[in-house]
Amino acid sequence: MKYIDEYRNKNLAKIILKQIDGLSHQPINLMEVCGTHTVAIFRHGLRKVLPPHIQLISGPGCPVCVTPIRYIDEIIAFAREKEFIITTFGDMMRVPGSTSSLEKEKAKGADIRMVYSTLDALQVAEDNPFKKIIFVGIGFETTAPTIASAILKAEKEKIKNFFVLSMAKLIPPVLKGLLESKEININGFLYPGHVSTIIGSQPYSFIASQYHIPGVIAGFEPLDILQSIYMLVKQIENNQAEIAIQYERAVKPEGNEIALARMKKVFNQVDSDWRGIGRISRSGLEIKEDYHPFNARKFAVEIEETREFEGCRCGEVLRGIINPPQCSLFTKICTPENPRGACMVSSEGTCAAYYKYGNNI
Amino acid sequence: MKGEKILLSHGSGGRLSYNLIKELILPNFTSPCLQKLDDGAILRMKGFRLAYSTDSYTVDPLFFKGGDIGTLAVCGTVNDLAMCGAKPLYLSCSLIIEEGFPLSCLEEIVLSIKRASLMAGVDIVTGDTKVVNRGAVDRLFINTSGIGLVKEGTNISGGNARVDDVIILNGPIGNHGITVLSAREGLKFETAVQSDVAPLNLLVNDILEVSQDIHVLRDPTRGGLATTLNEIALSSGVEIEINEEDIPVDEEVQAACEILGYDPLYLANEGKLVAFVPPAIAPEILRKMKENKYGSKSKIIGKVVKKSEGLVCLRTRIGGKRIVDMLTGEQLPRIC
Repeated sequence: MKYIDEYRNKNLAKIILKQIDGLSHQPINLMEVCGTHTVAIFRHGLRKVLPPHIQLISGPGCPVCVTPIRYIDEIIAFAREKEFIITTFGDMMRVPGSTSSLEKEKAKGADIRMVYSTLDALQVAEDNPFKKIIFVGIGFETTAPTIASAILKAEKEKIKNFFVLSMAKLIPPVLKGLLESKEININGFLYPGHVSTIIGSQPYSFIASQYHIPGVIAGFEPLDILQSIYMLVKQIENNQAEIAIQYERAVKPEGNEIALARMKKVFNQVDSDWRGIGRISRSGLEIKEDYHPFNARKFAVEIEETREFEGCRCGEVLRGIINPPQCSLFTKICTPENPRGACMVSSEGTCAAYYKYGNNI
Repeated sequence: MKGEKILLSHGSGGRLSYNLIKELILPNFTSPCLQKLDDGAILRMKGFRLAYSTDSYTVDPLFFKGGDIGTLAVCGTVNDLAMCGAKPLYLSCSLIIEEGFPLSCLEEIVLSIKRASLMAGVDIVTGDTKVVNRGAVDRLFINTSGIGLVKEGTNISGGNARVDDVIILNGPIGNHGITVLSAREGLKFETAVQSDVAPLNLLVNDILEVSQDIHVLRDPTRGGLATTLNEIALSSGVEIEINEEDIPVDEEVQAACEILGYDPLYLANEGKLVAFVPPAIAPEILRKMKENKYGSKSKIIGKVVKKSEGLVCLRTRIGGKRIVDMLTGEQLPRIC
């Protein structure tokens, strides 16, 4: 397939791998921040072909995984009220809350609909004028502008039964939080391509200047990732720390100004809880007072008491401190059919990737 | 189990379906035919070997590019019989219709049933029609079952894969899955893809003409190629290795998968089969399959590498290696 096959060329991969191996032999820890990168790395078997001294550690960039259980319970609480129709991206269906999941609530009769874009959710609102439509606004900077656009469209078209339950989060603040915690030992970051199409490269620059850790904004094909690793290792060997863009075909240094403006118009930056990581300053997005009519949180619902699963180490996985096999629940009690933590249920979760694609073959 | 409810994932053809059948259904029935979990049962009756299979069709939407629920209802059961190595002969057809369903749609579907049965060379010999209250079914469900004859000497089963067997696939995967997905309400995703729904009995006939020593035939429908290969690996106690670059995927299907975050290995097919054959006869079978219109894009995609508890591995395009697991629940489109 054009524009895909070129980035999956076996011979080019071999050449880049040889170059990476030739650059360095010291142990290097790289964090791929984004869940889509984690899956791509597993799906293409990249861990098996990289030199053993280069370790890839998965970061907190899976929106489903970093959403605290309380928020899942909040969605479930809305789903249990007959007046609401829940519209959500598919990833959320199987995420376990304290006692239930959206998939289970649907089986019990809740009206929960999977949508592929925020505008689909808006359509559900137009088609069901006597119901209140809640859109589960989960995601990072990639998704937040589309949520903002839906709210702006609802305002313009006077759609009064469309509400967003905002759970959107921001990537640069959580990276700062991770670095401040001093729990992680990372020599370089592979930054998310999709998020960076929106925010550009500037928001990461403090990581290079203050923490002296290089970063490369990477595409999602195998050659993108390998080339990005090469660029990172080269910087590390030369003791440089810059933010470089490998994914030049999609990412501009200044990002997408229209998308950023919409986000700014609709959302306030607020402190936000990250599952397994804790509260991070100014890392979440809540709907501004001007758009309060579209904020689902104006409705009072009763949220059940939060119950975390004992023994679940998703938090440490999300912080890159342990790999999933080091968690005693992994594959024994926690499986994709019976997930105990969000990292197992989301298709982009680290535990699910380890389970699905195997770590030891 | 008390209080638990059936989830849509139980019907996805993946591991939850497999576990439901294994744990709740199979323990209550002792027939060794059923225990094999093949696509159909092989019954011995007075010197004849009969293959018997049944399937229900609930596809949404009822009409899609390349076919409709009627085409599926005939081809699906015909293919299940063919995968037992049988020559399909007779089909039953039951229609469960929701009150208010347009007659013109029903007529169109009945004509599709007629066309597909002519193409497959099977007769519809018995049937039933039920109309239920609005809301009791979603517009129209169809059940078909079929009977076919298996030749002496043919012994095809998901449990018969052997080390060194070569795996042949009859063409590109995922077209049906993407077609239905893009036609389904809520996903306005126009593509040029059409369903691959087709009767495969004549292709199977061609294969069996080359040799009766075919070990496994399976059609990777729900759950896709990945799930089918896992079922075979588990039933036969073997490790299967397939090569990513040898698995044909049409460009439009690949593109849709890239956008939605789907893996074509898990998408449904309705006109595809995998054949596990001894290496000595593989080239001849491949040649013969390519002569058939439903096998013109056939390819060798991998082989059985060793005995094991049941594992499927994939050599990736760039030279890596990974496990291919069964489908868990429905594939879900990702957030970003």
